[in-house]
Amino acid sequence: MLIFERSQANRRNAAQAPSAPVACDDIPAHLRRKTRPLLPEVSEMDAVRHYTRLSQKNFSIDTHFYPLGSCTMKYNPRAGNQFAMLPQLLARHPLSSENTGQGFLACMHELQEILKEVTGMAAVSLTPMAGAQGEFAGVAMIRAYHEARGDMARSEILVPDAAHGTNPASAAMCGYTVREIPTDGDGNVDLTALQAAVGPHTAGLMLTNPSTLGVFEKSIQAIQHIVHEAGGLLYYDGANINAILGWVKPGDMGFDVIHLNLHKTFATPHGGGGPGAGPVGVSARLEPFLPVPMVACESGRYRWLTEKDRPNSIGRLSAFMGNAGILLRAYIYARMLGAGGMQRVAEFATLNANYLMAELAGAGFDIAFPQRRASHEFIVTLKKLKDETGISAMDVAKRLLDKGFHAPTTYFPMLVQECLLIEPTETESRQTLDAFVAALREIRDEAYSQPDLVRNAPHTMPVRRLDDVKAAREPDLVWKG
Amino acid sequence: MPFIPHTEDDIQAMLACIGVPSIDQLFDEIPAALRSGALTGVPSGMVEMDIARLMTERAERDGRFINFAGAGAYEHHIPAAVWEIATRGEFYSAYTPYQAEASQGTLQLLYEFQTMMASLTGMDVSNASLYDGASGLAEAVLMAVRAHKTSRRVLLPKTVHPFYRQVVNSIVRHQKIELVELDYDPAKGITALPQEKDFAALVIPQPNFFGCLEEVDPLTDWAHAQGGLVIGLVNPVALALLTPPGQWGEKGADIAVGEGQPLGSPLSSGGPYFGFMCCKQALVRQMPGRIVGRTVDLDGKPGFTLTLQAREQHIRRAKATSNICSNQGLMATAATIHMALLGPDGLERVASASHANTIALAEKLCAISGVRKAFAQSVFHETVLQLTIPVADALRALEAQGIIGGFDLTPHYPELGQALLVCATETKTAADIEKFTEQLKRIVERRNAGPSCTKLVPGPNSKW
Repeated sequence: MLIFERSQANRRNAAQAPSAPVACDDIPAHLRRKTRPLLPEVSEMDAVRHYTRLSQKNFSIDTHFYPLGSCTMKYNPRAGNQFAMLPQLLARHPLSSENTGQGFLACMHELQEILKEVTGMAAVSLTPMAGAQGEFAGVAMIRAYHEARGDMARSEILVPDAAHGTNPASAAMCGYTVREIPTDGDGNVDLTALQAAVGPHTAGLMLTNPSTLGVFEKSIQAIQHIVHEAGGLLYYDGANINAILGWVKPGDMGFDVIHLNLHKTFATPHGGGGPGAGPVGVSARLEPFLPVPMVACESGRYRWLTEKDRPNSIGRLSAFMGNAGILLRAYIYARMLGAGGMQRVAEFATLNANYLMAELAGAGFDIAFPQRRASHEFIVTLKKLKDETGISAMDVAKRLLDKGFHAPTTYFPMLVQECLLIEPTETESRQTLDAFVAALREIRDEAYSQPDLVRNAPHTMPVRRLDDVKAAREPDLVWKG
Repeated sequence: MPFIPHTEDDIQAMLACIGVPSIDQLFDEIPAALRSGALTGVPSGMVEMDIARLMTERAERDGRFINFAGAGAYEHHIPAAVWEIATRGEFYSAYTPYQAEASQGTLQLLYEFQTMMASLTGMDVSNASLYDGASGLAEAVLMAVRAHKTSRRVLLPKTVHPFYRQVVNSIVRHQKIELVELDYDPAKGITALPQEKDFAALVIPQPNFFGCLEEVDPLTDWAHAQGGLVIGLVNPVALALLTPPGQWGEKGADIAVGEGQPLGSPLSSGGPYFGFMCCKQALVRQMPGRIVGRTVDLDGKPGFTLTLQAREQHIRRAKATSNICSNQGLMATAATIHMALLGPDGLERVASASHANTIALAEKLCAISGVRKAFAQSVFHETVLQLTIPVADALRALEAQGIIGGFDLTPHYPELGQALLVCATETKTAADIEKFTEQLKRIVERRNAGPSCTKLVPGPNSKW
């Protein structure tokens, strides 16, 4: 039932709005709204019940294991939420003066410094509001760098075929042509193809390392050399930095630009789709181009750096300073972990992934790259199961929901057939991982013994499988009553 | 170990299963030369009690002010239930609802959100949110250019928030789009009918950045007559009182976009907020961002799913309508609960009380000698005042009295002289308005009475 269907004309919440209605006769009649919008008319309790019940139809980290590859669904500490929502922090207007925000700005400045240290970059700007906006900022800085040098011929961004879709889309938004680089049989970038692709038209290469195939790019130093020799810059997609946090700094690998997804690595909530935060870090030669505003500390006083201080900046990406409240949560997480805790993130994310991979391999599942170490994630291919039973990776994913586990990422990366990309993260216990392995074994058995049970899964969710074709062909996007 | 559950026994058993002697061994594919040493620039960890103390100290250091600034971020009362529900773990810690069967809560909520936003704006369809109002406007500009097909010029009035114009420029500049600035009528503070031809879209802010109400009907009809699209940039609370963009002029705006913050997002130093975008049915496949649709399951039972994904980067890659991936789902969740709690009547009360407070504030402030209204035009809940003293000084002096006195327009609109943008939402009491008036009166009178006060203007290191 929709909230609109719970609505009763003229029911209102007296406690939630100003008590006396005021006439606004000074607003000319021809600019006034003639009919009221379709908003629900429900009591506070109706609304609370309705949305509480809706929440109960969700899987979430707080309720279920969520091994979504490349999404880093780690636990979101409650401290981050509570202390980012202190009343003074929530009440602060974004355009009030720096004097009124020294405490807040101190957190932002320290976060900039912490991110500089873990990425090995020369400077960081916190303002991008999501990973994709960080990518946009990064590519825009690459563009600004080449243009500032009068190197106008560089029109192409190279992207490995295993990359997230945001990489080519962000490059296109910056006006670049995108060229895909194939992956070799070991899961690495094909160096011969890369060597053949680079040239005076190469603006840069966007790389995720460890890649979305769940393996560390062994030839990173050679890649770095090839791209830099050709005059291109190297972009690090930080989507998978959870695997190497505190172990390897992208700056040390020779990257010129990096974005981080704080909603992955720094445990800020995914919120059912956002908000994220996608800070960018750069090497010294790109520092002048960072997006504004940034935070400076001068003799113990914090202040904003804006276009005035940074005339070569690629500019502003949000009306104010990006997703400040999310940045506060990341700051709180970073301070709670500290230096040692950050290294343990990579260690235990890697331990969990390799343990789960070993257990699944032991149980007879096919690992896509069995000869490689898992980074923080790995790929299982269910091609054999599909061939033998007709049960697909999607079917297995849906059946996992019945077993109380969120599905891993399916059909991404597209290079591996019938794939499950599995990322357990460091916050899950061995016992949870064992239960997940047991569930996958059960489902495989069911695929042979009762294939319809799996093919028609899920059976225990609020709805069964949905008609996506109908949804797209006859879009019903708003309720019409 | 913070947030890591492993016992020593677990670790040993897991290593044995993998067949390695140590966790270090799991990193053996990483070239040794790349291993970083200790993170010397990261402080050591803190337990929850210590971070609680640190954050509380910092928050208290920033303190609380009576706030009369708007300029794109508005202080409204947020019902207690909004964030109680929105921060339930099932909403707060859920991923993007790609697994629809396990995400019906978020999906249905977003479908309700889309319905509410489409109705508020008077448009046919809505997406499930964008990052913020400014980047949302940039996406609307890109969308209009895609839809128009022949022109890459977009008319952007100076009455649009200056930061929004900067953001639009940052985001669209690489796609050979020309942004044409439109001047405003200096007496009325609204956009005059432009003398332009050959453009993809006209942006109409309502209310505009000055709080002034644009003549949306003739502007919309003019733009359509020229073959351009109309992008309405609107405040969602204002839409409880003002004609929705879908009903502007003969045919209505084509795209409505704006900052959703006034619907349940705390000010929080600028974010997270959310952008909303609604449009006419014919443009839906050009829209960026996630969209939820209602469909049926195998049993014919209604259910909800992400749809029209062929527009998006994870399918179309370099040819997607936008690079946008995540949205501001949690803020849209709060906004939906916020709108459900207020209802049409409550939202109208919030809008009219905010407007009435601003009118009352402006009247009182303009009674001070040395303060006057900049424009004769009708406004919604925000207005521009001109001062005979430097606005920056006035704001500093007000701040010392615990008042955020508004936003200094002087650097952005030097032609207005010493200009201050003020806003008093429904959260301001008569006593707050009285205090602001008394203090500004004192500051202006003292300054006007005294000799040149340049020596009293504090330097950058002064303590206030």
